[in-house]
Amino acid sequence: MADTPETAPTEDQVPVVLTPTEALCAAVGGLQRVLSAKIAVGEIVIRTDLASLLELMTVLKDDPRFAFEQVMDICGVDWPQNAERFEVVYNLLSVSLNHRLRVIVTTDGVTPVPSVSHIWAVATWWEREAWDLFGIPFSGQSDLRRILTDYGFVGHPMRKDFPLTGYVEVRYDEERKQVVYEPVKLVQDFRRFDFISPWEGMTTLPGDEKAHREG
Amino acid sequence: MSETATVSEHTIVNPETRVIEIDSHALNFGPQHPAAHGVLRLILEMDGEVVDRADPHVGLLHRGTEKLMEYRTYIQNIPYFDRLDYVSPMAQEQCYVMAIEKLLGIEAPERAEWIRTLFAEVTRILNHLLNVTSFALDVGATTPSLWGYEVREQLMEFHEAASGARMHANYIRPGGVNRDLPAGLEDRMLAWCDTFPGFLDDMEGLLTGNRIWKQRTVDIGIVTAEEALNWGFSGPNLRASGVPWDLRRSQPYSKYSEVDFDIPVARNGDCYDRYLVRVQEMRESLKIIRQCLTKMKPGPVRVLDNKFTPPNRGEMKRSMEALIHHFKLFTEGFHVPAGATYTAIEAPKGEFAVYLVADGTNKPYRCKIRPTGFAHLQAMDKMAKGHMLADAVSIIGSIDLVFGEIDR
Repeated sequence: MADTPETAPTEDQVPVVLTPTEALCAAVGGLQRVLSAKIAVGEIVIRTDLASLLELMTVLKDDPRFAFEQVMDICGVDWPQNAERFEVVYNLLSVSLNHRLRVIVTTDGVTPVPSVSHIWAVATWWEREAWDLFGIPFSGQSDLRRILTDYGFVGHPMRKDFPLTGYVEVRYDEERKQVVYEPVKLVQDFRRFDFISPWEGMTTLPGDEKAHREG
Repeated sequence: MSETATVSEHTIVNPETRVIEIDSHALNFGPQHPAAHGVLRLILEMDGEVVDRADPHVGLLHRGTEKLMEYRTYIQNIPYFDRLDYVSPMAQEQCYVMAIEKLLGIEAPERAEWIRTLFAEVTRILNHLLNVTSFALDVGATTPSLWGYEVREQLMEFHEAASGARMHANYIRPGGVNRDLPAGLEDRMLAWCDTFPGFLDDMEGLLTGNRIWKQRTVDIGIVTAEEALNWGFSGPNLRASGVPWDLRRSQPYSKYSEVDFDIPVARNGDCYDRYLVRVQEMRESLKIIRQCLTKMKPGPVRVLDNKFTPPNRGEMKRSMEALIHHFKLFTEGFHVPAGATYTAIEAPKGEFAVYLVADGTNKPYRCKIRPTGFAHLQAMDKMAKGHMLADAVSIIGSIDLVFGEIDR
């Protein structure tokens, strides 16, 4: 992807020639405050923690080896089973060096994520969206209003524990001559089929739990 | 306030000057305004007739697409992409399908990639035609819009011939496209390619040199290259600001590395340049369409693995296995191995991307859609500040917004 000979990693003992993606991954992985850096399906993914996010992002934008002028997307992902259930995913793009990078931080939904809107102006709306849909708070963000949901909406709809049907429905009330909000009434239960095949999805068959736990 | 202060200082010097104090007031623009291109609600703080601050309220068309997608199989989700940016449906399908293919590790056959490239460019012309002509309509020119709709209709006939639907095509599928082009369509498209430049010249004759059009667009809503990058611009809006960046060239997908085309770049980043870039892009798209039609060879249009694509109807009548495959594919769908990908394409409006997280089941765990217009609309405040109210309309028209996509 990128044509960046100067980002070649410092370790000279590597005999193979790195592809530009691998070279960038090694260079980014060598930065301080990066917890892990790996390549998955041809894309570089790095992880960091909340305390070092701003510093790392500033380096990624300003360092001429990386030059990520644009943050193309910021979004949340909800993993309710994890202790820090939310991932905040930043997809960066450098138009001058033609490469991409994904930065992921995790948060528990109470600890605010430092806002990157001072680094990239576009981040404001992406962060508002993550706050609206997931309830991920951002610190240092002056404009953390809801953006996609209704005025006065309660809850964060993209969380996995938010039902698909929501809690309220609206209709126009002819008598009161206004739109009214009412609890959702379903004429038929919402059907969700389980397609996990017991033969493919189940790696541990009943009775084998002990053997698999040890292995 | 500071302005009134300077005015009153001025009055001391020249007592003849009258002081008129104008309150800044808020103006509600939309959501039911024809120039709001759908359902944009724009709160404008006006200082007289000058925009002081613009606060776009989006989400009036929010349908929860991303949430719905988590409850449906991968194939069932493709039609949602037609309904995001409903003036450039196929480009978005292509992006989503490319993300799935990347995670599955399958590749569409040669001919399918040519068809995708072909229809991505047909879609680009569809999109730019609607944008340019309705932009002209916002500014007061009715004729381009009337002419443009006729040409759009011709293009939609091609959509219909290939997919069966004028707009919501649902044509591009994981592993290829739904079916091959019908006989004779390629010749009809080639014939159409000869008529289109004439239309473009006519349309440009109405607008490009038009004095009123220039007065309404030149130097309106200027975005410098640096600002455009900072505000996350992409596509024609970024190129109008002088950044030569096009994913079709820099990170080629489908067959873009095998076709020859130029990338128009403008310098000033105003509304007029954004218009010029789009018009020129239509001419380039036409070049690509011609090359696709001539370079395309007969062949399969989808992978033969029936785990991902349905078997032929005739085969299903004879083979039990084919019948089972068909049933499984359209009830359960396929399981995508766990992983995540950010797949971006150069949609007509800019970088459209899908961040797809798969957890190994038959439904996406999370699918974030990166709308193009979202970032552009956010810069509305920056672009409209200090311009007149009527210029705000020009700016909205020039950044090419469609709310199906922004609100998702």
